[in-house]
Amino acid sequence: MANLTINGKTFTLDVEPDTPLLWAIRENAGLTGTKYGCGIAQCGACTVHIDGVATRSCGVSVGEVAGKKITTIEGLASGDTLHKVQKAWIAQDVPQCGYCQSGMIMAVASLLNEKPKPTDADIDAAITNICRCGTFQQVREAIHTIASA
Amino acid sequence: MNKHVSPRMNRRAFVIGSAALGTGLAIGLDIPFGGPTVVRAADGSPEVNAWVVIRPDDTVVIRVARSEMGQGSLTGLAQLVAEELECDWSKVTTEYPTPGQSVARKRVWGDFSTGGSRGIRTSQEYVRKGGATARLMLIQAAADEWKVPASECTVANGVITHKASGRTTTYGKVAEAAAKLTPPAEVKLKDPKDWTIAGKGLLRLDTADKTTGAMVYGIDVKLPGMLNAAIKDCPVFGGKVKSFDEAKVAGMKGVKKVVKVGDSAVAVVADTWWHAKTALEALPIVWDEGDNAKVSSESIAKWLTEGLDNEQPAYVGNKNGDAKAAIAGAAKKIEAVYNYPYQNHATMEPMNATALYTADKCEVWCGTQNGEAAFAAVLEASGLSADKCDVHKLMLGGGFGRRGMTDYVRQAVEIAKQMPGTPVKLLWSREEDMTHGKYHPVTQCKLTGAFDANNNLVALHYRLSGQSILFSLRPEALQNGMDPAAFQGVAQSGEAVFGYSVPNLLIEHSMRNPHVPPGFWRGVNVNHNAIYMECFMDELAHAAGQDPLEFRRKLMGNHPKHLAVLNAVAEKIGWSKPAPQGVYRGIAQVMGYASYVAGAAEISVIDGTKIKVHRIVASTDPGYIVNPAQVERQIAGSFVYGLSALFYGGCTVKDGRIEQTNFDTYNSMRINEMPKVEAVMVPSGGFWGGVGEPTIGVAAPAVLNAYFAATGKRIRSVPLRDQNITFA
Repeated sequence: MANLTINGKTFTLDVEPDTPLLWAIRENAGLTGTKYGCGIAQCGACTVHIDGVATRSCGVSVGEVAGKKITTIEGLASGDTLHKVQKAWIAQDVPQCGYCQSGMIMAVASLLNEKPKPTDADIDAAITNICRCGTFQQVREAIHTIASA
Repeated sequence: MNKHVSPRMNRRAFVIGSAALGTGLAIGLDIPFGGPTVVRAADGSPEVNAWVVIRPDDTVVIRVARSEMGQGSLTGLAQLVAEELECDWSKVTTEYPTPGQSVARKRVWGDFSTGGSRGIRTSQEYVRKGGATARLMLIQAAADEWKVPASECTVANGVITHKASGRTTTYGKVAEAAAKLTPPAEVKLKDPKDWTIAGKGLLRLDTADKTTGAMVYGIDVKLPGMLNAAIKDCPVFGGKVKSFDEAKVAGMKGVKKVVKVGDSAVAVVADTWWHAKTALEALPIVWDEGDNAKVSSESIAKWLTEGLDNEQPAYVGNKNGDAKAAIAGAAKKIEAVYNYPYQNHATMEPMNATALYTADKCEVWCGTQNGEAAFAAVLEASGLSADKCDVHKLMLGGGFGRRGMTDYVRQAVEIAKQMPGTPVKLLWSREEDMTHGKYHPVTQCKLTGAFDANNNLVALHYRLSGQSILFSLRPEALQNGMDPAAFQGVAQSGEAVFGYSVPNLLIEHSMRNPHVPPGFWRGVNVNHNAIYMECFMDELAHAAGQDPLEFRRKLMGNHPKHLAVLNAVAEKIGWSKPAPQGVYRGIAQVMGYASYVAGAAEISVIDGTKIKVHRIVASTDPGYIVNPAQVERQIAGSFVYGLSALFYGGCTVKDGRIEQTNFDTYNSMRINEMPKVEAVMVPSGGFWGGVGEPTIGVAAPAVLNAYFAATGKRIRSVPLRDQNITFA
């Protein structure tokens, strides 16, 4: 059993401590917005925030996050008010298939938290998620739109 | 409109309504465009016809049979229906009919296949007619109510007006009456010049849920009592399961059952997928790998190289004059050998399907590019008849051709069949997905060009050797053994025509089919054919001492549409002016999927091994453009996919199996490596070409030709990582 704090709620989950956080979130907490892409922390589809820091949840075990604040894509909005990244993603039609976008949005939200006005170089360094549809152009433009708002 | 609380994609299932149910599901029911019997959606709203349901609150539900996998066809097809329907776009939502429902209604929704860049171009006419027919019926219903001639009524944004009497009504109010009318036999479609909804870069209908985690992909399906399965297929294609020791994992946490799947795979079914995967990794399995275990990339390459020999038999795909004789008698000739490797689709969402089987019903939930093919796989694997099966389509986490295949659907049904009454979600690990793909086929090509004394190209011999996709997947489409699709982009006629006139031409294919299963991988055979031909065109231009653009132009006089997109790209990138200091250009053109495309790249190269792509310009003439914003995204995305394959891709074979198992060994471009793609859309009208795939063809050759311009070195082998060339 493990107690996890996800999106401000405490979940008591029947899960072994060595279970990757990704699978505890998806299968035990039932929050499927966080996606499985590779399982080896390469693609970033499973990115969540742990104590505010963008982290690939497939590479972190449940035992390592006890007592920490976990935020998934489902918890990014404040109630009915979408996060500015979500709003920009909708306004600029960023997603194609959208599967990688939960992780992409979480990574971008974390970047903007650290650097509200990132340069292209900042974006290049911080956003390393794989998007096979290749919607990078829209990601970059939407980040700049948010930064200049 | 608040898009957050109004997701525009309606995933609610619908059923054939009570009026039709009495006899409705009997084979033979055919209500293509309305008719006296009102067919109802699940919420009771009437179908005006198969494509259009209108709710009393004026919401317009447009049925879309093709699949959305990110390419935007869901929105584009809805735009086409809405355009003819003259409805209020802000009230449009969409819905997928199921293949089972379609089959029960004599395939009223037509083809479900979403591949070959066909989603819009092969269904645009009948979906537009669906919209236009519904419009006429709705107007007629209003006219009948008002007892005025329909010709005196007009409609805009779903509001019908009879000007003379000043009366108005809305689609929602007359839909019930309209659904009872006999549809008009003939409808006239709008001239695309008059479009106001289609042809515009409207926002997609399916975005909001993709930003909140609410969008349900196949991997996200939840059913009551559902179990999860992890699977391992024999790592050597064609091998079989010899034995496995279930007892070793039976006591592991969450494990419910270990099942054999077909004759080549084993699956562990558990409470969670993580438990299933953990147990599967601990499960001892003995494989009968068979003779294919002796095959390697080297042995395949050797066999393909033999096929380049003119003495070996080959199929002729395009020919004029006598190329061999002209080459033999030419003043000058050059020759080059190229190759292109296997590629995995590597969709971000690994293959998965959820199946529920009972003795009298089998249902599957999955992402699929071809609902009807998935449906057929369910029928075959379950052994049940069509009225007892169905497939519920979900959003695809990428397709690129992979999800047109049904291997994962069949597996899910075979597992569920061994656990009747329990829904089972089968999910492939990334490793399973990488090693059990339907790979872009492997080929080599020997090209020989010959010049007369004035450096005019007099002959070209293009000898392809390698794998046929159709041989493996659609043998019925072979023509006396020849795979006509092997000549995509270099064909004499059809939708992927060679764009040059050469007096003596021979394009032929020595078919060699290794055991690695091939598949339709975004762009399919255009990928390698465009690299071979367009890089060799550059070689020919260089040999003739001519500018690569001017050299091509001279050969393209009989191909004005090919030439127009090439010129559009040349103008946009500024070909006639020098590139910035240290920056070099490459250019390429090809035709595929009935569209004409060209691309140009500006790159710089550090130490011969580090490439920085500064600029990409790409143009397309697909005839008509339904949503320019989505076309722009498809063009840019095709370059990411094509250049990822060029730089990082390539699947190699050792001991009969694929060596690359995850993104650490089969990498994909990141945002820092990808410049903006400047799209130049030059739709010339009069034909309907595809969009999702064609431009991928010019991505790699544009960059490879720029690399030559920068370094004087020709690269004739993909991927670049094998030559220690990567992004700067």
